[in-house]
Amino acid sequence: MSVFVYVEDWNGAYKKSSFEAVSYARIWANSLNTSVTALTSSVVSNPSVLGEYGADHVLTFEIAKTGFGLAQQLQALIQNASGVVISGTNFGKSVAPAFTALISGALSSNTTSTPITISPLTVKRGAFSSKGIETIELSSEMPIICFVPNSIGVQEFPTACTVTETQAKGNDLLSVEEITIASGKIALPEADVVVSAGRGLKGPEHWGMIEALADVLGAATACSKPVSDIGWRPHNEHVGQTGIQVNPNLYIAIGISGAIQHLAGVSASKTIVVVNTDPEAPFFKAADYGIVGDAFQVVPKLVDTLRAFKADQ
Amino acid sequence: MNTLVCISHVPDTTAKINFTSDGSSLDAAGVQFVINPYDEFGLTKALHLKESLGGTITVLNVGGPETEPTLRKALAIGADQAVRIDAIPSDAITVAQNIKNHISANSYDLIICGQESIDYNGQQVPAMIAALLQLPFTNACVGLNLSGSEATTKAEIDGGHATFKATLPMVIGGKKGLVEEKDLRIPNMRGIMSARSKPLKIEVAVDGVAPTKAVSFDKPVVKTAVRMIDPENVEELVRLLHEEAKAI
Repeated sequence: MSVFVYVEDWNGAYKKSSFEAVSYARIWANSLNTSVTALTSSVVSNPSVLGEYGADHVLTFEIAKTGFGLAQQLQALIQNASGVVISGTNFGKSVAPAFTALISGALSSNTTSTPITISPLTVKRGAFSSKGIETIELSSEMPIICFVPNSIGVQEFPTACTVTETQAKGNDLLSVEEITIASGKIALPEADVVVSAGRGLKGPEHWGMIEALADVLGAATACSKPVSDIGWRPHNEHVGQTGIQVNPNLYIAIGISGAIQHLAGVSASKTIVVVNTDPEAPFFKAADYGIVGDAFQVVPKLVDTLRAFKADQ
Repeated sequence: MNTLVCISHVPDTTAKINFTSDGSSLDAAGVQFVINPYDEFGLTKALHLKESLGGTITVLNVGGPETEPTLRKALAIGADQAVRIDAIPSDAITVAQNIKNHISANSYDLIICGQESIDYNGQQVPAMIAALLQLPFTNACVGLNLSGSEATTKAEIDGGHATFKATLPMVIGGKKGLVEEKDLRIPNMRGIMSARSKPLKIEVAVDGVAPTKAVSFDKPVVKTAVRMIDPENVEELVRLLHEEAKAI
């Protein structure tokens, strides 16, 4: 028996959520007194690094290009598992349910906790767009967990680990024509810090200072729904209930009033800073730190102060 | 072009969410229910396709009788017929199996789902339907073009976009981008009147053993009071973010 974990790579490199997935599997495996088997792409040059986060065995194989193809491969490779962990990236979210359907299993998606009880397995997951937390029970010989990146955190469990090459068949039912990755930008779901702005900025021409603030913090930029609806910023920056849901360590909201739909997408952030001219803005109730002030004065000052702070570090 | 649009009946985005006192389920008292926003983009896309290619739009929901007004609203917006599979949608795989059975018994060129429902946020059912039927699937779908039976889909991926090609029939999990916010339609009086006479068929669900079960629901912990900082003193904010929140 083993807890299996699919470890996603991006063009051969791991991200934080990859290691987090292994940590998750290790924590689960420890409570079951069993081992961790990681499945990962053979294009990764250093798969043994997964041992640092708790993998006992690593199986590498040429992975399929689509969620369904990989789900079929997982079905072929995962035997005698006490559980399966997949990170809730965009790709992971198409792999996990397809795999669950193929094996008629039980899946908890949007999971935000490690196991609370082991038998039966219960975990916590986000529901009602962060307005609720569900405790879900999975009745299956091989429950599947798809967790929200950055909800558990990366933990090190140095483990002696073996790497074995293998192969498995997976059928991609559609062809990949083109992949475009926005270069030089930090992807929103991966970001530790997110700087977000709303209609308080008065126009798309004022986003320079938001980008400057994001730059000094190594942050991703985001926006409110009205701003993406009127086309000041692209849709893929819209965070909120019907946009991207984020849970960074730090979320800074500039000129966003904090409508309930926006809060639903960001309230899982660990620390929230709100800058708004309106002291009655509902966002202040959901914030840790607030500044009532004009973004056009506060943001440039904040950029300068942070630059000085970073230079001292 | 026969399109199936799967819709969920969910609390309005502005709804305050409360749970029953035993924490076992949503307290629906005073909650306004709507078509799941992700599904509304899909329904509008189906209308656009019907306008250019002809065909029929069927809207489907797995739910109890209380979800019928939501199906009627979809009919008022322009769907031709509705199906309600009579079951409480408590588990994703059971819902997906029921929708799969309906699709197998009918003939659809395209199955449009919303990427996820805003109540249980599972993001599971569309991929499960596709896997059960072994059909091509695009999740987080923000663009769909058809040329005969060839579909080109555009999807959000981590940090960018991907374009796929597939042969119909296929399943998509759609979101904004499939159509724009301004394209969404509000039912007019004529639509509402005609929706009353459009067919709404009730199908019997196949019972399955649900492998997952909600044990309880809680509300998130409310933040302690916000700490206000003088706009003239952003140094204090930086200090607190570093020393107290350890966020920078």
